[in-house]
Amino acid sequence: MIGIVSYGAYIPKYRIKTEKIAEVWGEDSDRITKGLGIIEKSVPNVDEDASTLAVEAARIALKRADIDPQEIDAIFVGSESHPYAVKPTSTIVAEAIGATPHMTAADLEFACKAGTAGIQICLGLVKSGMARYGVAIGSDTSQGRPGDALEYSASAGAGAYIIGQKNLVAEINGTYSFTTDTPDFWRRPGQDYPSHGGRFTGEPAYFKHVGSAARGMMERMNTSIEDYDYFVFHQPNAKFPLRLAKKMGIPKEKVTPGLLTPYIGNTYSGAIMVALSNVLDQAKPGARILVSSFGSGAGSDAFDITVTDRIEEVRNRGTKVKEFIDNKEYLSYGKYVKHRRKLKM
Amino acid sequence: MVEGIPSIWRKIPNRYRLEGNVCETCETAYFPPRVVCPKCRRKGKLVKKRFSGNGKIYSFTKVYTPPTGLELDAPYHLAIIELSEGPKILGQIVESDDKKVKIGAQVKMVFRKMKEDGNAGLIHYGYKFKVID
Ligand SMILES: [Zn+2]
Repeated sequence: MIGIVSYGAYIPKYRIKTEKIAEVWGEDSDRITKGLGIIEKSVPNVDEDASTLAVEAARIALKRADIDPQEIDAIFVGSESHPYAVKPTSTIVAEAIGATPHMTAADLEFACKAGTAGIQICLGLVKSGMARYGVAIGSDTSQGRPGDALEYSASAGAGAYIIGQKNLVAEINGTYSFTTDTPDFWRRPGQDYPSHGGRFTGEPAYFKHVGSAARGMMERMNTSIEDYDYFVFHQPNAKFPLRLAKKMGIPKEKVTPGLLTPYIGNTYSGAIMVALSNVLDQAKPGARILVSSFGSGAGSDAFDITVTDRIEEVRNRGTKVKEFIDNKEYLSYGKYVKHRRKLKM
Repeated sequence: MVEGIPSIWRKIPNRYRLEGNVCETCETAYFPPRVVCPKCRRKGKLVKKRFSGNGKIYSFTKVYTPPTGLELDAPYHLAIIELSEGPKILGQIVESDDKKVKIGAQVKMVFRKMKEDGNAGLIHYGYKFKVID
C-alpha cells in the first residue's frame, strides 16, 4: 500500500474582487466575472512568497500526521514563483519543518503541475524503499502583467502532501501522465510576467492534456466515470474544468467540490494541490477520486485515489481549506499593487 | 544595515523553527538559546528545544517609520511575546487589526519573510505572530 499519509493547504488572507481589477482597466466586470467564473482571487501579504506558503502548508500536513519530521527523507517543492532564481525553496521548507539534514531536496518546475510531479517522484522513492516519507508541495504567488487577462486569475496558494506506506489517509491506486511539447504559456529569464498563446491555451493545451490523462488513467485502471465520487481537474479559471467535465459526461456535482477558482483564483502549482485538499476535507472513507493536473508546456499527471477510514481521525487536526477561503480581507486595487510589489520604490 | 551571511545562517534554526534551549537542571527555557544557564552556571545542562510558537502579547507598539527592508510592511505592530514555555521574544504581529492587538491576546507563530536585502541580496525568513481569533 502506498499513498497520502497526510495533507495540508494554505491560502493567504487577502482577496481582490474581479470587478476591482476590471474597473481600473475600463473593462466590463460582469462579462469578465462570468467569462472566467472568478469572483475574487487570493493575494499574498507583502511578507509572503512561495517559500512561506509552502512552509505553512507543510506544517499543517505535519499536524495531521503522526510522524517525526526526521523520518522525512525527501522534499520537493514545485513552483513557477520560487523566490530565488538560484537557491532552493525546498531547503527553506526542510529547515523550517525540522527535516534536515539527513535527507534529499529539490525544487521542481513544470508550470502548474510541478506539485503533482513531486507526488510522482515521492511515490517512486517511497515504493523503491529509498525514502520512508516524501513531501511534495505545490506553491505559487503567481503574477499577471497589469491589464493582461491573467491579472484576473493569477493568485497565491500552496498544498503539501506527505507520501508514505503506513497510516494512509488515502491510497494512491495508480498514476498516469500525458506529456507533449505544446507552447501555450511561457516566461523567459529576466521577465517579470509570463506570455501566453491566448485561445491556444484551450483545446490543444488544457483540454487535450487534462482529458487524455484522465481517460488514460481510467483505461489503465479499467474504470469508468461511475466508479469515481470526485473529479479534480486543474483550474486556470472556473470554465475549463466544467467544460471538460461536460465533454467527458461527468456530472457537475462530482467536479464542484474540487473547484475553487471562483473564490481564490488560479493558484498555479498550488491549484490542484489545494483543490484535492478541499475534497479530502469532506470526502467519506471509501470515496474514490480521479485527479488530473495540468502544466503548460505541456503535461498532465493523473492519480486514482481511494480515501481510507483514517481521514476522519486526522482531518480536524489542521485548518481546512474552507476556513482559509472564509477568513478573508478585501484589498483595493491600490493596496493590491502594494501587496504584489508592482510598485517600484 | 546589511546583516552578515554567517550571522543570518547561524540564526536559521532559531528563526525558522523557534529552536532555543532548556536547562535540564532548573527547567528554565531560553530563546534565543544560551551558552550557559545564568541560574545554574556550571551545574546547568542545556539541551535544544523547539518551542510551540504559541504565546501571548506581553507588550506592543505600532511602527509607522520602519527600518530599511520593511518599508512595505508598515504600518505594523511590533510586540514582546511571552511564549507558553516561558521565554519572551520580540516579533512582528501580522494580519491582526488594532482591535485584536492587546496585552494578553493569544498569538501563534507564522512563517514569513522578516526582511530582504534589496532585490539582489538574501531573503531573511523566520517567525512572526498572528493573533488567534
Ligand atoms: Zn539552569
